[in-house]
Amino acid sequence: MEILKVENLKKYFPVQKSFIEVLFSKELEFIRAVDRINFSVEEGEILSLVGESGCGKTTVGRMLVGLEEPTDGKIIFKNKDLTSLRGEERRAMHRYLQIIFQDPYASLNPKMKIGDHLMDPLLIHGIASNNEAKKMAIEMLERVGLVPAEQFFNRLPYQLSGGQRQRVAIARAMVLKPEFVVADEPVSMIDVSLRAAILNLLLSFKEEYRLSMLFITHDLSVARLVGDRIAVMYLGKIVEIGGVDEVIHEPKHPYTAALLSAVPSFEKRDLRIDIKGDVANPRSPPPGCRYHPRCPFARRECREIEPDLVGDTHKVACHYPLEIRVD
Amino acid sequence: MMVAIAEIAERTEGNDNVLKIRNLSTHYFSRRGVLKAVDRVSMDLKKQEFVGIVGESGCGKSTLAFSIMRLIQPPGKIVEGEILFNGKDLLKLKDEEMRKVRGKEIGMVFQDPMTSLDPLEKIGDQIVETIQMHEDIGKNEALEKAMKLLESVGLPGDRVNYYPHQLSGGQRQRVMIALAIALNPTLLIADEPTTALDVIVQEKIMEILQNMKEEGRSIILITHDFSLAAEKSDRIVIMYAGWIVEMGDSSKLVKEPMHPYTEGLLESVPDIWLQKKIKTMPGFPPDLINPPSGCKFHPRCPHAMEVCKREEPPLIGVNERLVKCWLYK
Amino acid sequence: MKGIGDTMEVKNLATRIFRPIIPEAEGRNMVIAGLIIVIVILLMAILADLIAPYNPTKLAGRPLSPPSLENPMGTDNLGRDILSRVIHGSRIVLVVVFSAAIVSMSIGVPIGLISGYFGGKLDRAISMIMDSMYAFPSLILAIAIAAVLGPSVVNAVVAISVVYVPTYFRMVRGQTLSLKSRLFVEAARAAGAGNTRIMSRYIFPNLVTTAIVVFSLSIADAILTEAGLSFLGFIVTAPTPDWGFDLSSGRPYLPSGYWWMITFPGFMVMLLALGFALIGEGLSEVYAPGRER
Repeated sequence: MEILKVENLKKYFPVQKSFIEVLFSKELEFIRAVDRINFSVEEGEILSLVGESGCGKTTVGRMLVGLEEPTDGKIIFKNKDLTSLRGEERRAMHRYLQIIFQDPYASLNPKMKIGDHLMDPLLIHGIASNNEAKKMAIEMLERVGLVPAEQFFNRLPYQLSGGQRQRVAIARAMVLKPEFVVADEPVSMIDVSLRAAILNLLLSFKEEYRLSMLFITHDLSVARLVGDRIAVMYLGKIVEIGGVDEVIHEPKHPYTAALLSAVPSFEKRDLRIDIKGDVANPRSPPPGCRYHPRCPFARRECREIEPDLVGDTHKVACHYPLEIRVD
Repeated sequence: MMVAIAEIAERTEGNDNVLKIRNLSTHYFSRRGVLKAVDRVSMDLKKQEFVGIVGESGCGKSTLAFSIMRLIQPPGKIVEGEILFNGKDLLKLKDEEMRKVRGKEIGMVFQDPMTSLDPLEKIGDQIVETIQMHEDIGKNEALEKAMKLLESVGLPGDRVNYYPHQLSGGQRQRVMIALAIALNPTLLIADEPTTALDVIVQEKIMEILQNMKEEGRSIILITHDFSLAAEKSDRIVIMYAGWIVEMGDSSKLVKEPMHPYTEGLLESVPDIWLQKKIKTMPGFPPDLINPPSGCKFHPRCPHAMEVCKREEPPLIGVNERLVKCWLYK
Repeated sequence: MKGIGDTMEVKNLATRIFRPIIPEAEGRNMVIAGLIIVIVILLMAILADLIAPYNPTKLAGRPLSPPSLENPMGTDNLGRDILSRVIHGSRIVLVVVFSAAIVSMSIGVPIGLISGYFGGKLDRAISMIMDSMYAFPSLILAIAIAAVLGPSVVNAVVAISVVYVPTYFRMVRGQTLSLKSRLFVEAARAAGAGNTRIMSRYIFPNLVTTAIVVFSLSIADAILTEAGLSFLGFIVTAPTPDWGFDLSSGRPYLPSGYWWMITFPGFMVMLLALGFALIGEGLSEVYAPGRER
């Protein structure tokens, strides 16, 4: 069963222009952060969304939870198009759709007790009375390993370490027993020795709640560990999507292969696939395949025609997909 | 086989050690107390060796690097030890002499290139300035040298006419490396040079560092990324809470970790090519103002014994490895 | 050595009293000094009847006699004891500036919060009105309002309140603009929180310290404005003691060498303003951005 389906999702940000530019040109320019992407997530599945900084992966997550208004496209969640819902109706959906942010230092209110961070969502959605909410909050603090929970309940964020704060952020998202969670780089600001604990905690919730997740990360190793499937984004487009093993061991897109050969590992595999230059400016992405200026295999077709994301379970947006196997 | 440290030191003595750090301590003094960021650390670096110093935030790895450069600012202070660089003790040099060592003999690359580049000056001019500060050559000659330097780090020579903001993060870091090697130092210290960068750019920067090594320089790479250090360096130094807890040949250390911290770190890091579950390491990094008694790792250690709570473990030499743990006594 | 030990003792005592309220940080000593000044003057106002040696409106010695043991600050042109008038004179200024600051805060803070949070046309309109008010020198604006309303303590409170509303508005609006894009506010929004909840539980608590700082600083400024209004006769009439008013009654005698009539009330105005300024400046350092609390 599909729990979430994204259709032709698009987000263009107007470019801030200087006064002079406004005077002399009338045309509005856009950053094409997310450009007509399609994907779906099954019930109880984790989809890892991988890409380098600026590829648009965070914007996708923010659109799902309503922090960014899509320019175009549909987000179908539990058979309802979220983009058509407004106000109270839209907010009610947050009960089932939560987000965990990257920065545990900025995501908690410095003036609010840890306990209140957990009680607030319950009170907002009228799920529990004050007393029940407090009980549920304490149970949840115990569940994420912040014990003694009564003590943590009364603390302020500044009294907690980064790892502990991220546990609070996870607890806040989970206290509503959501059906879908967007996790936006939840461990990239956490100390190395504490990352495993946070990742295992997230995975334990997946088991317990049959949770579905969009796990956004720049780190392919983490994406592989937590994901059932992986989607690779480049310049606002999904270039490859498929099962974890398919994408890692049989990468079809040259960009995926280039990423794979660059990931540091204790047992490095050299895929011998090169990548040229730097990422293009998302204000004016290259014509044809957006990756062609950096692709060692680019041919004429790649420069002219934009490839569609095609395939059965393992889809790729490339005119000349690779046929390799890495073990 | 167990060998005394002195013996190991003996063995490496006479080898072409570029850098010898002995018993170095750097402390930070705050209202709450004394923070021992680097606590009696000793290590060597051979000529043309690539060493990775691995540890979490707050373990003292950056403080160690800044201590070598003598760039520690108050409330921090180097309180004891020796840093022998090509035989001379850097800690005994006058400020003026140390300034000549920086850049000319030891170059450093920082995590955030934007903080070390002047946003209002073309990068060519910044490199020229650095060169002319130490070398008596004309502007044109220096500019030509700057272009060559940029080419050696994989940037087109015409980038000398660019301002820092016109470059991407990766390109700026390349400029930083060019600046660091402008005076041809024999030792290059890179402090988390790729933390803010994407993996593909990271790979390119690492290639440059390895080229620098091939050219005969010694490299110290400071990173929190164990797998990156394992992949790129000849030798790994693991730091925890201001101590060096283990050091040895990269591939052997990764294959057979000896210190429980190294082992725990290895088990908790996901790896793209190794199919494994990751294990949670218990506990939190310690508060360094009130560190645990005895071995600073004992509260998190699965093998902790009575002695670990009471006494600081010695640094023990086992074959070519050094490990600071009671398990091997 | 003993002397040094004694001052240390006093300092430690003060530190012990204030530690629970003010976090240990740079600027704390400024706050403590300011608090001491303000508390002493407050006590003086509350206990005026007990500590003033004479009735402030009755004859207490020969007119215009210089400071002496009987009249430590001398007497005025009607033979009233200046010390007693200074002690009693603290009452009106404190009542006026506190009430005015509370009124302008309770108007300026919510308007700034709502205006900054929702933005749009309403925000632009309010901002324009506030900015144009802010552009006026505070005393001139207060005089204009007081002149329209007529002289009385209540009218003075109204006049001064109006003057300081834009100060609160600007600070709060600016803070709200930056707070509303902070991650923890987005997190609340993603949890489904509505606007009222976000404003009251996520933004407002983070404005409180700023509001307290502005409160102290605006009081410091309002003290001078009050003295100005009083000097011009917009607050009290004779024989009520008030520092600003006493300054104006002493002014004609200064050229003849009777310096004490204006020196002491003038000094008190300055001291009280200094006390609040120290609290405000000190607090803004204690709560400087970057500090967690």
